[in-house]
Amino acid sequence: MATTTAPSPTPAPKTNRIGLQVLDYRGGKTTLCAGCGHNAISERIVDAMYEMGVKPERVAKLSGIGCSSKSPAYFMSRSHSFNSVHGRMPSVATGAMLANRNLLALGVSGDGDTASIGVGQFIHLMRRNLPMIYIIEDNGVYGLTKGQFSATADMGSTLKSGVINDLPPIDTCAMAIQLGATFVGRSFSGDKKQLQSMLKAAIAHKGTVMLDVVSPCVTFNDHDGSTKSYKYMKDHEEPLQEVSFVPVFEEIDVEYDPGTTVEVTMHDGSRLRLRKLEEAYDASSRIESVHRLMQAHEKGEVLTGVFYLDTHAPSFIDMLNLTDEPLATLPESVTRPGREVLEEVMKELM
Amino acid sequence: MATTDVVPQEASGQLGQKRIVNDMSIQVATVNGSGSQSSNTVLLRSLFKMGIPVSGKNLFPSNIAGLPTWYTIRANKDGYIARKKEIDVLVAMNAETATDDVMSLTPGAAVLYDQPLNLSSLRDDLVFYAVPYDKLVAPVCPEAKLRKLVKNMIYVGVVARLLEIEMAEVENAVAKQFAKKAKAAALNLAAVKAGYEYAASNLTKHDPFVVKRMNKTAGKIIIDGNAAAALGCMFAGVTVVAWYPITPSSSLPESLIDYMKDYRIGKDGKATFAIVQAEDELAAVGMVIGAGWAGARSMTATAGPGISLMAEFTGLAYYAEIPGVIWNIQRVGPSTGLPTRTAQCDVLSTAFLSHGDTKHILLFPSSPAECFSMAQDAFDLAEHFQTLVFVMSDLDLGMNNWMSEPFAYPEKPINRGKVLTKEDLEARGGFARYKDVDGDGIGYRTLPGTDHPAAAYFTRGSGHNEKSGYSERPDDFENNMERINKKFETARSFVPRPEVTGSGKEKIGILAFGTSHWAITESRDQLRNEYKIETDYLRLKAYPFTREVQEFVEQHERVYVVEQNRDSQMASLLKLDLDAKLLTRLRSINHIHGLPLDARSVTDELMSMEGK
Ligand SMILES: Cc1ncc(C[n+]2csc(CCOP(=O)(O)OP(=O)(O)O)c2C)c(N)n1
Ligand code: SF4
Ligand SMILES: [Mg+2]
Repeated sequence: MATTTAPSPTPAPKTNRIGLQVLDYRGGKTTLCAGCGHNAISERIVDAMYEMGVKPERVAKLSGIGCSSKSPAYFMSRSHSFNSVHGRMPSVATGAMLANRNLLALGVSGDGDTASIGVGQFIHLMRRNLPMIYIIEDNGVYGLTKGQFSATADMGSTLKSGVINDLPPIDTCAMAIQLGATFVGRSFSGDKKQLQSMLKAAIAHKGTVMLDVVSPCVTFNDHDGSTKSYKYMKDHEEPLQEVSFVPVFEEIDVEYDPGTTVEVTMHDGSRLRLRKLEEAYDASSRIESVHRLMQAHEKGEVLTGVFYLDTHAPSFIDMLNLTDEPLATLPESVTRPGREVLEEVMKELM
Repeated sequence: MATTDVVPQEASGQLGQKRIVNDMSIQVATVNGSGSQSSNTVLLRSLFKMGIPVSGKNLFPSNIAGLPTWYTIRANKDGYIARKKEIDVLVAMNAETATDDVMSLTPGAAVLYDQPLNLSSLRDDLVFYAVPYDKLVAPVCPEAKLRKLVKNMIYVGVVARLLEIEMAEVENAVAKQFAKKAKAAALNLAAVKAGYEYAASNLTKHDPFVVKRMNKTAGKIIIDGNAAAALGCMFAGVTVVAWYPITPSSSLPESLIDYMKDYRIGKDGKATFAIVQAEDELAAVGMVIGAGWAGARSMTATAGPGISLMAEFTGLAYYAEIPGVIWNIQRVGPSTGLPTRTAQCDVLSTAFLSHGDTKHILLFPSSPAECFSMAQDAFDLAEHFQTLVFVMSDLDLGMNNWMSEPFAYPEKPINRGKVLTKEDLEARGGFARYKDVDGDGIGYRTLPGTDHPAAAYFTRGSGHNEKSGYSERPDDFENNMERINKKFETARSFVPRPEVTGSGKEKIGILAFGTSHWAITESRDQLRNEYKIETDYLRLKAYPFTREVQEFVEQHERVYVVEQNRDSQMASLLKLDLDAKLLTRLRSINHIHGLPLDARSVTDELMSMEGK
């Protein structure tokens, strides 16, 4: 007996608010090791950009050198990207943003790239509050040069070979807060929900966002004795808050308890909600946040969450009083003063 | 004819004494920080306004106050403005160097000295004039604090009287110098007059040096090369500038800041430029490259040590093909000792700056007017060839005062190079970043932010294929390197061509570049006038070398390459480029004094190499 079945309509692919699919945010196939924390971060970036409905063409990806710095090739192929030199991505990002203030600059660095060779440029980037997202994919080692200690490795942690690190770590978050970054937090590549919310908030922020994301290197630093391993993070991660994010374009709202949750309105009107897990913590105080970070070092905790946030400080672009149009494409009629100007200057010199 | 006119003295004065008119160099020896700069500017300007060709060169220490400084003004009726080796009039204000300064003079020179220094007993073949500065300054400057500064204006008065500089021009120059400070102008003018009157009633002229109004500077300007470069960059449409202070380059971005604030604020009251003082030269060039990548006309200015720090990024920019302009205001090597002296000693290190196979376009301005015009050349070349372009000025050009014709308004429209817009991409359907579509080696690029799904490409250093995909394939690498080399070959016919002077038929050729030009011009006249030797002269303006360079060497039996470094750096660069059979024609004349090149040194050296 013949039966007729109506062909089931192929469901329309899911799209975001600008009509793009998550596919449109994907990159090349990763060449990093399977299980590398950096891959998970790339996925979170894709999700956050997709969910926020950021146009990929607006994004400029910038990186230094390292496994982490290679990762921009593995997400968002529709965005321009610049894999620059070791430790000096901040200056390249600064130049790019000055040339085109409409870009959304996303910097990806490593702990070696940032805290050793690049510490000078990192410091000065933080001071300028350049609008950009700066992510450190922090594994405590130089992955790409095969596992030497980096300057974020904790004192007492060991390499696979048994070598012990006896120098104190640089806390990039404490540094960033002290130097003037206006959105500073730490997360973990394995903490999908927290990292995703923090990335979305980062996209909504106008100023320097510095996120240190612990990102285990499965090949060189995931053993017992490492303080940047998956296991160590599982045992020692201490979230300060439960982070959630409500984008400006989302109408449905969930109730929250203002007694336990702080809501911060971002530049674009989105809201970042921090449900306090520590009663007294105040993310708007530099003093308190640095104090709490130092305390965490003493206690051997890996503190995560949004440590510091200031949505009012002027950005570097504001300070320079840049015109609204990107400098890069200003026409000759604007960038070349007229004959009368040259005549005036010449007269002065006669 | 000799370069000095010796004419019998008119009427009164010493019997049989000659007058040397409009041909002298005046050296003021002081300590830095003593405020003599205004006095020297007034002297320079007064001579300039009397129509006499002048140049002013400051020889200063790497120090803020208290070390010896010499300022040399040359006035020359024939228009020679290179440094003159001999000093004719010394103004000895520095006790510490006074003896040496006097001992190094040639016989017949005049010395104006501070009376207590008691220099007149040192030699009997010079003309000495004692000036009691402290006694003269007290009545005109009641405020004791200011006397140290105002004292310098006294020598202006004395010099004016002795050399017969027109007081009206001195007064004008003082008024211009202190244009916004009426009180200071009055005070300084009083000091000038005190010096003048003292000389009039107490000094009897025994030296031959005088000036007389002529008309060789009408319509001309006085400017330093760095300010000229800054103006050039502004009119070339620069939008992003990142810099880190270093002598002798700092005054370039500093002038630029002033000009841009005056003339490049848009109708909305906002800046059409960004100028950032970076944390070091690595960051400065990083910003230039980031901005160039994103489509800005970006630049920095530095000197040798900064160039060294920019080496790594320069390699990246070369391989990744990113435009940017770097001004190298050359000086003598490392930062302690002689960093404030001039040289042309970064030719080789800049030409091949960085790791890997790299070579860069260099431009060599020799005058403020060329600093101005080459600014646009540099930006146009950088964006056309998608590479860094270095403009090789030096301390002498950058920081000293030069006479110049007023700059011509740029007639060439700005060339932004091969940049694809959204509309272009729509028409083409896409692009391959590193593909040689036009056969000139230059690919098409897009700027970040271009609103088209096919606009993006991935920028990285050495390993990429035509589509900017990651590649470690040997053939991709080789093809890419060959294509980048093709750009360099193409550039040979785009860079400024050399200036060739002379009959073209002489046996001897002289090849020089940059500020050496002024000494060469004078030296060629010396060779003609004193030795009856004619020469042809090629002034290089750029690397890679154009066709004319090879031809010039082919046409001459001997080519003297004159340069201000020890290792014959330009000659070495030429030897890499010229036909092997021509190499034996090159000879080197090197100057490494840290002082601007003078004609006499070139003439003497050339003659001794000619065996004469
Ligand atoms: C000037 C310079 N020095 C050294 C290197 C070699 N190098 C490449 S990656 C790297 C370390 C990268 O470590 P990190 O930033 O932590 O990245 P990871 O690989 O761990 O993600 C080093 C030292 C280089 N590329 N450039
Ligand atoms: S070596 Fe480490 S950091 Fe590099 S890709 Fe592998 S796991 Fe990741
Ligand atoms: Mg690392």
